[in-house]
Amino acid sequence: MSVADYAREHGLKRVGARPPLSEYLKMAWQRRDFAITMSVFANQAANSKNRLGKWWVILLPTIQGAVYGLIFGIIIGGDRPANFIPFLFTGVFLFSFIQSSVSTGATSVTSNLGLVRSLNFPRMLLPFSSVLRQFLNLLPQIGLLLVVLVLFQQNITFNWLLMVPLLALMAIFAFGLALISARLTVHIEDINKLIPFANRVMFYVSGIFFSVERVFGDYPILMQLMNFNPVYAFISTARGALVEGYSMSLNLWAVCASWAFGALIVGVWFFWKAEERYGRED
Amino acid sequence: MAAKTKSVAAETRKPVVVVDNVDVTYKVFASGRKATRRLAGGGLFSRKLNLREVNAVKKVSFTIYEGDSVGIIGSNGSGKSSLMRAIAGLTPIAGGGVYAFARPTLLGVGAALMPALSGEKNILLGGLALGFTRKQINAAVTDIIKFAGLEEFIDLPMRTYSSGMAARLRFAIAASRDHDILIIDEALAVGDQEFRNRSEARMREMRANAGTVFLVSHSMKSILDTCTRVIWIEKGVLKMDGDPKTVVDAYNLHTGSDTID
Repeated sequence: MSVADYAREHGLKRVGARPPLSEYLKMAWQRRDFAITMSVFANQAANSKNRLGKWWVILLPTIQGAVYGLIFGIIIGGDRPANFIPFLFTGVFLFSFIQSSVSTGATSVTSNLGLVRSLNFPRMLLPFSSVLRQFLNLLPQIGLLLVVLVLFQQNITFNWLLMVPLLALMAIFAFGLALISARLTVHIEDINKLIPFANRVMFYVSGIFFSVERVFGDYPILMQLMNFNPVYAFISTARGALVEGYSMSLNLWAVCASWAFGALIVGVWFFWKAEERYGRED
Repeated sequence: MAAKTKSVAAETRKPVVVVDNVDVTYKVFASGRKATRRLAGGGLFSRKLNLREVNAVKKVSFTIYEGDSVGIIGSNGSGKSSLMRAIAGLTPIAGGGVYAFARPTLLGVGAALMPALSGEKNILLGGLALGFTRKQINAAVTDIIKFAGLEEFIDLPMRTYSSGMAARLRFAIAASRDHDILIIDEALAVGDQEFRNRSEARMREMRANAGTVFLVSHSMKSILDTCTRVIWIEKGVLKMDGDPKTVVDAYNLHTGSDTID
């Protein structure tokens, strides 16, 4: 009788074995309090060092938005999209959420090896906690965005409520990306170097400070491609819901939903597959 | 079968942990002189030449039965901690397997704590990290604070604690729960004599409440006091496994020391 059979006969299970996906997700759900508390506390800890503390969560993107507005507003000049400030701020805030989710998600496992090597929990909670952290930072920014919108447009519409499902889809999308980048970074740390580059490219290409229709309008193929760009889809839909003069399209909603659930399914499966290998010293 | 046969009586007990030919390997890049000399002519891309495989644990096998209190001894770097982490399922195993009826817990919660936050918040975080529910940890907070003796400082950030205070809090959090299979790795009872007495009492209590305990220690006295069986790991290999006095004596002979303490 092999040792494995002997163990099984006495009801012993293999330690560290990767549980089946349904059980894994159940375990992760049971430990969600740990992930949530980690996110909330990590934000508090980060803010505790700065004098302005949690105000930087709003200040930083506002300054970013203002700087981009000034520079690109001047460079593009007359070709500025209508309602430029609301247009710009929507894009900047939402993009920074996606970008920081991917960046912090990527290092969520590799920079927490102490945690991984001393405590037992589904490792999926680490990228989840990263994305949740960024989402908690996004909420006051959305608040500020709504204030800016009211100031510039003096108009609140029911379409604003569509931001709730849209933000949910964005969070799901960001989580999927974080899971994928987390596992990739575990295998090849170099990926970490490429992520800021990919983020920059997405920033410049996705029509955050310029109107995609105006710039790519003459190139139908590029326009078609752009319709599949998830960042563009999310930001464009958000602008459609919030900013006067812009509309939403069902097409883009479909693109958002597909990317969100696609990334989630692929991310969860991809990350769970290597669950036994996290914490290995390579 | 992996275990050494001691007596017929031992084998009629229920096995709780079976370690079968476990291999733990670390792949690291060497950057010391020896490696770079071999590197001559390798150039920028010769990653492979620098790669070394450190076999921290080599084909270790044993079976632990219900009620065993196992001491793990060995010199520094012998692979004890790697083996314990492998048993707790925290380090991936390169070969073989570990089987247990419950997930063994490594006693230690320091990695989850955040120095910028208060002791009280860290108790909540550490408790959740260990697997408490929010309700359970909230119920245990006062006891933990009392055990650590930090009533006055509990709302101050942990980075302002002395190393002793921080260690006491970490131990208090980790020890607030009983586990089925417990792995205690080395110097956890720190602090002044008073705290030492309290924590050793608590560890004895945990050992009584746990089905099975592994104690990794350099203190032969603690090992002899508390263990029913001792395993000696040397350079990743299981050197000896059996009666505490016998194994400790052999170890002392090997290291040329007497059991003092």
